[in-house]
Amino acid sequence: MQDKNVSVNNFEQCLKCDICSSVCPMLAANPRYPGPKQAGPDGERYRLKDPAYYDLTLKFCLNCKRCEVACPSGVRIGDIIQTARLKYGRQNRPLRDFVLADTDLTGSLATPLAPVVNRALGCRPVKAVMDRLVGVDSRRTLPSYSGRKFVRWFRESAAHRQLGFRRFVSFFHGCYVNYNFPELGRDFVRIINACGFGVHLLEDERCCGVALISNGFGAQARHQAEINVRSIRKAVSAGEPVVGCSSTCIFTMRDEYDHLLGIDTSDVRDSILLASKWLYDKVESGSVKLVFKSDYHLKVAYHTACHMNKLGWSVYSILLLKMIPGLELIVPEQQCCGIAGTFGFKKENYGYSQEIGKSLFDTLEAISPDIVATDCETCKWQIEMSTDLKVMNPISILAEALDFEKTQKSNIR
Amino acid sequence: MMNEYDVIIIGGGITGVGTARDCALRGLRTVLVERFDLTNGATGRNHGLLHSGARYAVTDRDSASECIKENRILKRIASNCVERTDGLFITLPEDDPAYQDKLVEACRAAGIKAESIDPAEALRLEPSVNPRLVGAVRVPDASVDPFRLSSANALDAAAHGARILTYHSVTSFIKDGSRVVGVRVKDTRTGEEKEILAAMTVNAAGIWGQGIAAMAGARIRMLPSKGSLLVFGHRVNRMVVNRCRKPANADILVPGDVVCIIGTTSDKVPFEECDDIRVTRQEVTALLDEGCSLVPALANTRILRAYAGVRPLVASDDDPTGRRTSRGIVLLDHESRDGISGFVTITGGKLTNYRLMAQMATDLVCRKLNVDKPCLTAGLPLPGSERRLNPSRADAVAFKAAEGRHGTMVKDMDFSHKSEVLCECEHVTKAEIAYAVKYLDVHNMVDLRRRTRIGMGTCQGTFCIRKVAEALAEELGCPQKAEEFLDQYVRERWKGMAPVCWGDSLREAEYMRKLYRK
Repeated sequence: MQDKNVSVNNFEQCLKCDICSSVCPMLAANPRYPGPKQAGPDGERYRLKDPAYYDLTLKFCLNCKRCEVACPSGVRIGDIIQTARLKYGRQNRPLRDFVLADTDLTGSLATPLAPVVNRALGCRPVKAVMDRLVGVDSRRTLPSYSGRKFVRWFRESAAHRQLGFRRFVSFFHGCYVNYNFPELGRDFVRIINACGFGVHLLEDERCCGVALISNGFGAQARHQAEINVRSIRKAVSAGEPVVGCSSTCIFTMRDEYDHLLGIDTSDVRDSILLASKWLYDKVESGSVKLVFKSDYHLKVAYHTACHMNKLGWSVYSILLLKMIPGLELIVPEQQCCGIAGTFGFKKENYGYSQEIGKSLFDTLEAISPDIVATDCETCKWQIEMSTDLKVMNPISILAEALDFEKTQKSNIR
Repeated sequence: MMNEYDVIIIGGGITGVGTARDCALRGLRTVLVERFDLTNGATGRNHGLLHSGARYAVTDRDSASECIKENRILKRIASNCVERTDGLFITLPEDDPAYQDKLVEACRAAGIKAESIDPAEALRLEPSVNPRLVGAVRVPDASVDPFRLSSANALDAAAHGARILTYHSVTSFIKDGSRVVGVRVKDTRTGEEKEILAAMTVNAAGIWGQGIAAMAGARIRMLPSKGSLLVFGHRVNRMVVNRCRKPANADILVPGDVVCIIGTTSDKVPFEECDDIRVTRQEVTALLDEGCSLVPALANTRILRAYAGVRPLVASDDDPTGRRTSRGIVLLDHESRDGISGFVTITGGKLTNYRLMAQMATDLVCRKLNVDKPCLTAGLPLPGSERRLNPSRADAVAFKAAEGRHGTMVKDMDFSHKSEVLCECEHVTKAEIAYAVKYLDVHNMVDLRRRTRIGMGTCQGTFCIRKVAEALAEELGCPQKAEEFLDQYVRERWKGMAPVCWGDSLREAEYMRKLYRK
């Protein structure tokens, strides 16, 4: 006899209430997309019968996981769709998808040539060519590359300063910090050091693989994930939590590795944390003290990225920002910005991407803050491109507002 | 006065519609009367298993060879209703190991291709089987959709001039002395009564054939045997999985369309219960227990519903106690048997060899009518099964699903105007509903479910039935009936959900109750 009629086949807990469809940003913008319920649990039954029932429009899923957050039955709708894409999706993918998805490769190639690459990516003829030949929409502002990788800066200028600490965190810097915006990594190291902790890099860090997964490169994603998990396991067994600044990298390693790539992360999952959560927990428990500048003033709108929503951790970033005296914080209702990683870069998706984000852009512009704060770099690109607003990671805002000298003194052990 | 028809067939199960098709193809003017909808009896309440014959090979070689011949024919003529899954007979450590060899040998003798394979190979072919297995035999079992098969037979019969009168019950026979010359029928929806005359009448009423025969003055002893089955929410197996032992309860798991079905039990029931048969808690427990030893994943797969049918077993004519039954085909010529001419009964048998039963009945009818026409049913594909359309990868799931259900008949569906998906679990569009109403003799929600699978999915109609009821009422041209359709459907679904109502199914039922409570 069945103990409980609760299936291990997660999609069968679906009661077909359709709440997921009501929160799906893609469904609202694109009538060709069947929506999370149909693409997920409904479609899965038919795909189990015969993979020929795979629906090509599943490529429209943003993997924002808003459906999973909304589902009252705990069905992993987004996972079902992503798994189907990995399993049955298109076998011949354009070169463009690979260039967009393999951020380590693209980043490594672009960084040494950053000034040239950045100028080229910003100029109209190049964008027109990329649009036509490669399929990257010319209307999109492309992220610029840094001339010097974060890891190089760390090894040359920061590693030696870590020697004096007794407690450490391992930093998962991610591609954005390494290739595009090392300043955020530098802010992170400064803050952590001021809190009395040293920073280690992982023995071997690869891109978390989120773009590889969403572009259907499952095997390579798994390869990179295995390297990361091995490195993380090493750090965790040395007593160091693994902390990062990008909500999507952290979310991917905590949940997608297990759910989509079938990699067991149960022994390390709880030690993979977002910087704001780690910091908030330390402050809350009294083991770290933050001292802020007294003359800091800023009006901030906090945008909850979809993966942040899924992690359930925006509260930590919000509470951390609220600790800053003189910071006025406004938190509008969570909405999707529409970029969904590499999705919005593709020519065929630009229209959907901007339509989905429009309501968020309007909301943020109406608030008219000095700065928009968000934990996700692709949200940042999207909001900066689509509005006149400037976007920062909460860690960078914290770095601006902290009185480092006093903070450091308060945390000497 | 000349009769309008040559032959009347009583019963809209697979035997009845198969006989109607055969008769029509041989040029007989044919009418079929069925008191409810097609497939309302045992045809619509079984496993949907197209036997290879292996199950009967050891105990009944004749049935086994019949099965394999029909199995091959149906794979050809009903390709759209049959899925060539193949089947496994698995031996568990607690089973008699000698039975496997006996089975293989008996299969060979009956002409059934049966090969012993080692447990690792069996697990590779069918990963869901109990890993404790110690041996397996692969056989050409397949899965067949009885609703589609019946529908296709009825369509073809009608295409060759037969009339199919569903919702017409026989109230009495018209006799001329000891000769049956026709029947009086009542339209159960309008109450209208009429007489139908024909030189021959075929009783194909399954378990209810006992009453029909009695009405004509002949005595048949049917021994109703109830078989209960459970439907799971999705497919856990790709192949038919049988237990390699003497046939017993709950030892076959059949993948049918997007679900899988475990069955069956076997219990004698009083004749009076046949019209309202229900699954008991004990049967559910027994089915699950045995099913889990066949395929352990059933222990945590959601059960959608339970249902039961009644096998039309016939007491052997030569057994005065009436206890011995025949599981083979029983064709009774009431003229030689009871002195009632113009009347024959075709019963017993099984879904797999319905075509042969129809052929035997039609042969006898033709003999009586002095018609010399060969049977064509083994060679002509059924409507929808003429060829595979192979939809493109880019086609919508709803189109692929409709093609999967109706084969080439999708050409008659208007996807350009009615592409809206109403039943999302089973991807049924307005176009498919409109098609079913126009061509497949649909009068209510249950009829529609049998033709299209609406409401047969995980939510059992919770999400879609209001929309479907409205669409159906509109297509039938009686929008005021939507509420009645809805009500009728909810009640019907509840009957199947009640015996398995715990866990997720209970949540679903509660949700349904909240939505539709008056």
